[in-house]
Amino acid sequence: MQANQNRAWLGVLPVVLIVAFSGVIPLMTVVNFSVQDVLDVNTRFFVGFDWYREILRDQRLLDALGRQLLFSATVLAIEIPLGIAVARAMPREPKGRGWGAAALLVLLALPLLVPWNVVGTIWQVYARPDIGLLGHGINALGIHYNFSQVSSHAWITLILMDVWHWPSLIALLAFSGLTSIPNQHYQAAELDGASRWQVFRFVEMPRLRSVLIIGVLLRLMDSLMIYTEPFVLTGGGPGTSTTLLSQYLATMAVGQFDVGPAAAFSVLYFLLILLLCWLFYTAVVKRDLEQDFARQGERAAHE
Amino acid sequence: MNWMAWTLPTALFFCAIGLLLFTMTLIELKRPTTMARGWLPMATTRGDRIFISLLAAAGLHVAWLALFTSPPYVASVAAVITAIIVLRWG
Repeated sequence: MQANQNRAWLGVLPVVLIVAFSGVIPLMTVVNFSVQDVLDVNTRFFVGFDWYREILRDQRLLDALGRQLLFSATVLAIEIPLGIAVARAMPREPKGRGWGAAALLVLLALPLLVPWNVVGTIWQVYARPDIGLLGHGINALGIHYNFSQVSSHAWITLILMDVWHWPSLIALLAFSGLTSIPNQHYQAAELDGASRWQVFRFVEMPRLRSVLIIGVLLRLMDSLMIYTEPFVLTGGGPGTSTTLLSQYLATMAVGQFDVGPAAAFSVLYFLLILLLCWLFYTAVVKRDLEQDFARQGERAAHE
Repeated sequence: MNWMAWTLPTALFFCAIGLLLFTMTLIELKRPTTMARGWLPMATTRGDRIFISLLAAAGLHVAWLALFTSPPYVASVAAVITAIIVLRWG
């Protein structure tokens, strides 16, 4: 038995190799670059932690970080409840399901299938005050709107674009969680006279928990790494008002070929995402593990 | 390996991380970990505590580099002490 289990680990080997080549080795290279001043491919000087010091004192970067956190917090605060609300509104009883639910699922999946640069382009045109339906429409109502000139308008457009693109993911995940709830649970709740909120809180939420953890983690990481859509929509402007972290990083690494600082920045960026995901994982998943741990303890005490 | 732009300090750093993982694997094979509850607000395994120590070490160094201009030796010592506290009593 033991020997079989050990051999089974060999099955994981291809994944380990692929992750090593696509993730670990590039990350190690980035760390190597982050402590050197790279003049060209063959000329490099070791500079220790200098780039880190410089990056951590770079006001433009700290501003970009602030904007990034604000953006991620805002889109998550809107998309998660919205996705759950959409999923709850969809027909899911076997009788009512029919083609309606199937059509809704396809419609919901559509924004997810659109390539990210196309999403940016769609919204870039849609929100233009001269030819775009949204921009022209808002201006026709007498409200001045120009996302390429006014920072707040750029932000609203950026948030709207992300909220157009991503709640479907949460809705689809939540819907799959909701369909796994047996009808008897609802009937029992109805017999007990549970309110709609109580049904949501005590019948649906426990079943949604695991899919929502995945959903929130995916959205959190994605929103922290967002690049293409804001780049196409606003190009980080007006000024730098919508320049998020990854765009600032790309400007530094590709635009200015400051490989050293860009690598130091990447390492810090990686640490930030790792920290946020770990905090989230610990707060949500660990609590479950801990309950199992407590239950095991109780069982052991009984025995 | 030239394309990976190795330097001696980073090579030593990654060797240390590799050695740490290797040692952890050996210890795990010899004495499998169990969930335990210390002063940290959640039950952790040995691997969790190592991960927390590494993350704390990174955090301490980043904080030092952000606040002071001198080399981060103090942060390194603090990281080692933190790691011992987390691993032993976490």
